[in-house]
Amino acid sequence: MPTASPISRVNDFVIRFANVNGSGSASANEMFARAIMRMGIPVGPRNIFPSNIQGLPTWYEVRVSEAGHLGARGGTDMMVAMNPQTFDKDIASIEPGGYLFYDSTKPLPASKFRDDISVIGVPLTAICNREYTDPRQRQLFKNIIYVGALSALLDMDVKVVEQLIGEQYKGKDKLIAPNIKALNIGRDYAVLNLQCPIGLRLNRCDKVGDRIFIEGNTAAALGAVYGGATVCAWYPITPSSGLADAFTRHCEKLRVDPETKKAKYAIIQAEDELSSIGIVIGASWNGARAFTATSGPGISLMQEFIGLAYFAEIPAVLFNVQRAGPSTGMPTRTQQCDIISCAYASHGDTKHVLLFPEDPTESFEFGAQAFDLADRLQTPIFVMLDLDIGMNHHLSRPLKWDDARAYDRGKVMTAADLDAGKDFGRYLDVDGDGIPFRTYPGTHPTKGSFFTRGTSRDRYAKYTEEAAPYVDNMQRLLRKFDTAKDLVPRPVQANAGKPTKYGVIYYGSTAPAMDEAIHMIEARGHALDRMRVRAFPFHSSVNSFVADHDFVFVVEQNRDAQLRSLIVNECGIDPVRLVPILHYDGTPITARFIDKAIGDHLDRMKVKPMKVSS
Amino acid sequence: MTYLAKPKFHHPDLPKNTLGYTHRDYEGTVSTLCAGCGHDSITAAIIQACFELSIEPHRVAKISGIGCSSKTPTYFLGNSHGFNSVHGRMPSVLTGANLANRDLIYLGVSGDGDSASIGLGQFAHSLRRGVNMTYIVENNGVYGLTKGQFSATADRGSKSKRGVINTDNSIDLAAMALQLGASFVARSFSGDKQQLVPIIKAAIAHKGASFIDVISPCVAFNNHAGSTKSFDFVREHNEAVNRLDYISSRMPIEIEYDPGTVEIVEQHDGSKIALRKLAADYDLHDRTAAMGFLQHHAAKGQIVTGLLYMETESEDLHAHLHTVESPLNALDEKDLCPGQAALDKFNAALR
Repeated sequence: MPTASPISRVNDFVIRFANVNGSGSASANEMFARAIMRMGIPVGPRNIFPSNIQGLPTWYEVRVSEAGHLGARGGTDMMVAMNPQTFDKDIASIEPGGYLFYDSTKPLPASKFRDDISVIGVPLTAICNREYTDPRQRQLFKNIIYVGALSALLDMDVKVVEQLIGEQYKGKDKLIAPNIKALNIGRDYAVLNLQCPIGLRLNRCDKVGDRIFIEGNTAAALGAVYGGATVCAWYPITPSSGLADAFTRHCEKLRVDPETKKAKYAIIQAEDELSSIGIVIGASWNGARAFTATSGPGISLMQEFIGLAYFAEIPAVLFNVQRAGPSTGMPTRTQQCDIISCAYASHGDTKHVLLFPEDPTESFEFGAQAFDLADRLQTPIFVMLDLDIGMNHHLSRPLKWDDARAYDRGKVMTAADLDAGKDFGRYLDVDGDGIPFRTYPGTHPTKGSFFTRGTSRDRYAKYTEEAAPYVDNMQRLLRKFDTAKDLVPRPVQANAGKPTKYGVIYYGSTAPAMDEAIHMIEARGHALDRMRVRAFPFHSSVNSFVADHDFVFVVEQNRDAQLRSLIVNECGIDPVRLVPILHYDGTPITARFIDKAIGDHLDRMKVKPMKVSS
Repeated sequence: MTYLAKPKFHHPDLPKNTLGYTHRDYEGTVSTLCAGCGHDSITAAIIQACFELSIEPHRVAKISGIGCSSKTPTYFLGNSHGFNSVHGRMPSVLTGANLANRDLIYLGVSGDGDSASIGLGQFAHSLRRGVNMTYIVENNGVYGLTKGQFSATADRGSKSKRGVINTDNSIDLAAMALQLGASFVARSFSGDKQQLVPIIKAAIAHKGASFIDVISPCVAFNNHAGSTKSFDFVREHNEAVNRLDYISSRMPIEIEYDPGTVEIVEQHDGSKIALRKLAADYDLHDRTAAMGFLQHHAAKGQIVTGLLYMETESEDLHAHLHTVESPLNALDEKDLCPGQAALDKFNAALR
């Protein structure tokens, strides 16, 4: 018997699979997570994997939460320890009272275990060796066998798993029966030899609703399809390659002319990121909607072009699926570390529009909206995903599209406008919003052509190096950036139930962990107003939110408090009033981390009333 | 003042092309390059070629990188949109523009620093993708705007104006273009309008990646004794393999050719090229032989000019990508957005 009493919880726990990458565990683990979702229980899986093809440790964490907390929580209630390399560390990471599931084929000394956890052994290798002769089958079916055993231990509805196997191997029907057999081998072993179920249990409920299970990269790519992107140029880089791959798949399905079978899109895998962004800028200059998908190192390589697009006022959409830096740093680990490098990308005076989706659904929405913003503002738009959003499945609101929605192609002068005698000045601000009209190449035989250049020009695009027109133009670009503040997605604010002097600002993939942490912080007796920032430049409500509180925590997944710097810099706020809460070890931020950092801070500040002597 | 507009008035009897445009309609602003610059001759040749081809001036997109050569698009086709982009990156910008609208004519103007040094990668990849364009390198072997440093096309052993001898091997962009799969490769000399104009016309008519390396002496920094890109040196070492006449599909062949010395090549759009063969052993349809011929003559210090290689059944990038016939930039919501019905199916598959 373990010294700590075993954790007993229904539909609320964290189970972590420790595997070796390349062992085929990913699809079995994902099936496990999907099965929980199909039981109506909200689930948040996260893949923690190395930059490697085969042989290094990988983890798959499944957050089960009927209450709907789908961010990383921190801590592991049950460890499925399939990797001998990390066995000791994995066991050490289990919560007191937690559970260890391991392959008991080879007896292990008691010193390998802990006395405050429940140890569950299944001789997986022995079972596989008995059942299968092909070494590859032994490996692959071992994964399904442990899913089978877990289904009994956690009281999972096995019919759901069987159905998922049927769906997964549809078209390869001969694989269905052997997989179901393997599933039942594991389940039967557990039922016969182990005490089932354990303290962690799954109980069918109806808390999933109409939500979908989707990766951010897939959703963002679909946003590009719906947003009308026709040109995609990209260079392979983790974790964004999946976005370009998904765009290709979506287009093959949704963008082929049914009659001619021809493509209403063009995708180029470029020779490098410089070429990717060059193609995007060329296509956008010529009136198509174009984008690239990349990560931090790619953004670094695109710097010169980004500056040109800013100054020459050419639309462009860049999806940046952020990862831990530097270039070859931790490409498979998540961070929000390119905020500053994107906001002020390139040489000279530049500022760029950034969008911060919190999940796949917003990645779809912002992904589509980015093309309208790029055309409207005639400038690069960065959609800032990260690896956690992009490469993990998230339970997200279903995707919606208003069929009456028309694309905003921005200020474009047509041949008819030119013939009607409208004054065309490429860099002329006609109505005070800082945004000039443009023409597409080939519009009119004698009117409306202009020369696009990085060198300085006047309002009519004529080359000049004179001081006044340069300053005039740079000031207009600032007016345009001001205009952007009211066009980009507004912050989402949630006030504490009672008046409070403290607030918290957060963004992107931090949202689900923050949503859970707020309950933990409230449980400590603190009240905190919340603001989820969804874009840069900041809406005026960001200034007022900070102004309305004594101080505001800014929660981020980077070392240098990059969004905080941006707020200080752009809103002119005293840095003392913004307390950085920073998580940057490459793993997704957890609710427990936020609770500890903010909660402890507020605990320390809590002033106890002095005793009045009578 | 660095921007000089040309006066608009002109002689009423200026000849007009089949569209009714005069030569003046294809001009741009006054050149601000050095007097006598080879690049200005190339500008004149481009104007002449577009006039003779009766191209609607606004149907051309002229795109360049950075450098003296890349400044020239302001000096021709004033009614065309132009894009003076980033150093060495004209090919990617042009590729994107071409993807957006396959109906325009794309003229890429670059220099030897722009294409052979900083932009060698983009030069190579745009050619191997078969982007439908006319890619002209105005090749003078030096950086003019930054005052005379060697570029990567400077020949080994050639002497700079300051007396420095170049010890690096030179890059032959025409030879590279052949290796990379360009379907039209030519070399000419800015001082030889008779050869250059028909080459530009044929390149524009060609469907696919057309590359023209034009040796263009720099009067300020590379026209002295010891330079291998000077007017005198190029004239003395020029080995023309052919001279050509471009005959548009609308014009009958009127010129009498002496059979045996002339080859008539039909292009994709129905236009024809009449080649007067100067080197009897030269076959412009044989890529491998062309590469050998270039190297053989380069070893002898000769600069081979003329139309070096041409594929008659070439394909372009749009053909490879199976894109629709209408320009991608002309597609609207109806063509591009699958709507809520498709999303419903998508959502249903993800539960």
